[in-house]
Amino acid sequence: MEAFSRRWTALAVAVAVLLIGTPAQAKTEIHFWHAMGGQLGAATNELVKQFNQSQSEYEVKALNKGTYPEVLTGAIAAYRQKNPPHIVQVFDVGTQTMLLSGAIYPIFQLMKEQEIAVNWGDFIKPVTGYYSKDGNLYSMPFNSSSPILYYNKTAFKKAGLNPDKPPATWKEVGEASKKIIAAGAAKCGFTTSWPSWTMLENTFPWHDQPFATNQNGYTGLDTKLLINGEFGVKHIGQLAAWQKEGVYSYGGRMGAPDTKFISGECAMDIQSSAVIGGFKKSLKFEWGTGQLPHWGAPYKKQNAVVGGATLWVLKGQKPADYKGVARFMKFIAEPHQQMWWHVTTGYLPITHTAIKNLETGYHFKKNPEQWTALSQLSAKPTPNSLGHRLGNFVQIREAIESEMENIFAGKKTAKEGLEAAVAKGNAILGEFAAANKP
Amino acid sequence: MKRAVFKNRGLPYLLVLPQIVVTLVFFFWPAFESLRLSFFRTSPFGDKTSFVGLENFVNLLSSAEYYQSIANTFVFAFGVTALAVGLGLFVAALATQKVRGLAAYRTAVLWPYGIAPPIAGIIFLFIFHPSYGVLPYWLGFVTSYEFNWLLKGWVAMALVIIATAWTHVGYNIAFFLAGLLAIPTSVLEAASVDGAGALRRFRSIVLPLLSPITFYLVVVNLIFSFFGSFGVIHAVTQGGPGNATEIMVFKVYKDGFIGLNLGSSAAQSVLLMFVVIVLTALQFRFVEKKVIYS
Repeated sequence: MEAFSRRWTALAVAVAVLLIGTPAQAKTEIHFWHAMGGQLGAATNELVKQFNQSQSEYEVKALNKGTYPEVLTGAIAAYRQKNPPHIVQVFDVGTQTMLLSGAIYPIFQLMKEQEIAVNWGDFIKPVTGYYSKDGNLYSMPFNSSSPILYYNKTAFKKAGLNPDKPPATWKEVGEASKKIIAAGAAKCGFTTSWPSWTMLENTFPWHDQPFATNQNGYTGLDTKLLINGEFGVKHIGQLAAWQKEGVYSYGGRMGAPDTKFISGECAMDIQSSAVIGGFKKSLKFEWGTGQLPHWGAPYKKQNAVVGGATLWVLKGQKPADYKGVARFMKFIAEPHQQMWWHVTTGYLPITHTAIKNLETGYHFKKNPEQWTALSQLSAKPTPNSLGHRLGNFVQIREAIESEMENIFAGKKTAKEGLEAAVAKGNAILGEFAAANKP
Repeated sequence: MKRAVFKNRGLPYLLVLPQIVVTLVFFFWPAFESLRLSFFRTSPFGDKTSFVGLENFVNLLSSAEYYQSIANTFVFAFGVTALAVGLGLFVAALATQKVRGLAAYRTAVLWPYGIAPPIAGIIFLFIFHPSYGVLPYWLGFVTSYEFNWLLKGWVAMALVIIATAWTHVGYNIAFFLAGLLAIPTSVLEAASVDGAGALRRFRSIVLPLLSPITFYLVVVNLIFSFFGSFGVIHAVTQGGPGNATEIMVFKVYKDGFIGLNLGSSAAQSVLLMFVVIVLTALQFRFVEKKVIYS
């Protein structure tokens, strides 16, 4: 009797192990840390879910670890403790830090070693150019955007302006703003989100002006900022004059100034194309988009620079896992996923195939606001407009923005403020170069 | 003082061991680690580290920005302490009055202390925001001056001082209230009989009797302002505009966790620790002499 029951117990345990154990063993977990919150977070989770359902070997676990800097700091801490996530989303300004970290598994190498074919030629150049070194892509573009002009059509009509013709030059922005204020259609003409990114980091390449030496940092570490030249002083000086007149209203850093546009206080906002999805839900008036304003001749119209983030693969996980990482990367770059991601979030589709498919479906005809950002990226990038590769860029941006505030507050002239920003920025760059001496 | 006697000579050491371990692991170890890091230049991922001696300190002490953050810290810390201790005493005095529903009032005045600093920061953001805040809207009827703390440094500083003091005033009220209730009414009554008015009674009797508590609160509030005031600044101004509200502890965070410059960040925390130690020592040396303990 005793032997009998023992045998049954053993059998029951074996069955239980089979039932519970098998599914858990079969799937390899891939950890993916990102900074996508709210609507963007939901879209990211959906994308991951689609991948997990598309195959049975790997389970990608997406985890929102806070803001971009928090995700990066968290991943670094995990890497130093030898337990990094497989994939980490890092924003544009963290690119140089990642490239020189020694902690990464470059995406081009990953795909080659895992024998997963990718047609890199299909990726659009302004996006891959930012994240490539020696012609090879180091991280997988995930969410890319560029700054565009949003304008309040209702306010334009009230001021007697053509609501279908957004101002294309800075001169027109100034004139339209003054008319809008005079007509009482809005309290201020325009505001700018992410001030350094929109007004300097993008405005410089948009006019084919160098932002920093060494081709904006691409060809060396001993880089110096160049924003205190004639062009920078002219542009920021004009903004400061407009701030004084009330034409321009500085609204703080990051996305904070959006509230001025959403509430109708300012009739225009220069902000990332990534907020299109959000604006569709929150704006209570008719609105449209236009390209980033330009100063016109004698400056050439070049291309804008992408912002957003890419996915970096970290070293230090089990070798077998990287097959799954590569398959996930391949999955998100496919046209179907690219199109879905673009339509849902407003981020740019990054392959020519995806863009062509969207055109065939008249997507851009029906949603012209989704085309604006892409239209700014069509020119072939010059050394001034490929992107920025600056170490400690987060700190540099911070230094620039605090000086912009001093300028707009009237505490410093544009020249004085930009000079101070360059001095601070160069010290930060020097620190980075010293820390990364080979 | 009563002396405890243990039969087992090891037992007392065993009893204090947990506290010593906690202090060693959570205070001394990180403190020494900061001190060690401050002599190195480290790449963010920690793969390249080089000894740089005092270079991190030299860089800091020769940068105007760092001196501004020290100045900001003193303005901020003394502002918060003056406001939080002064207001705490005032409200505590009011809460000793004999009014109906006293218990409810006393509970209510302690509430702000229960609110996490970042949340307090967000609340103040909604009240003071130049675009959607209630207060600037009302002030617009009274004055044409724009209290735009996104550009005006002094407005931003005033805002974070008020918000931080508000989060901390409940703590001060609790201590002052306990102190006020401990003052024997007979003494105050005797003074009344002698013809002392309310103000005179407060100055000559209440204040001296409260001096140990006041001293304690000033020290604690200053230390709190130096170290623990991160949440409000992070939520409201992020150190801006133009570094006007960048206090030392915020700069430690910003350079270390956002800028990933660990060497400089460690050097800053060493200097910050030094400043607070000196300040506290000075207070015990000079201010404490004026305190009457019994």
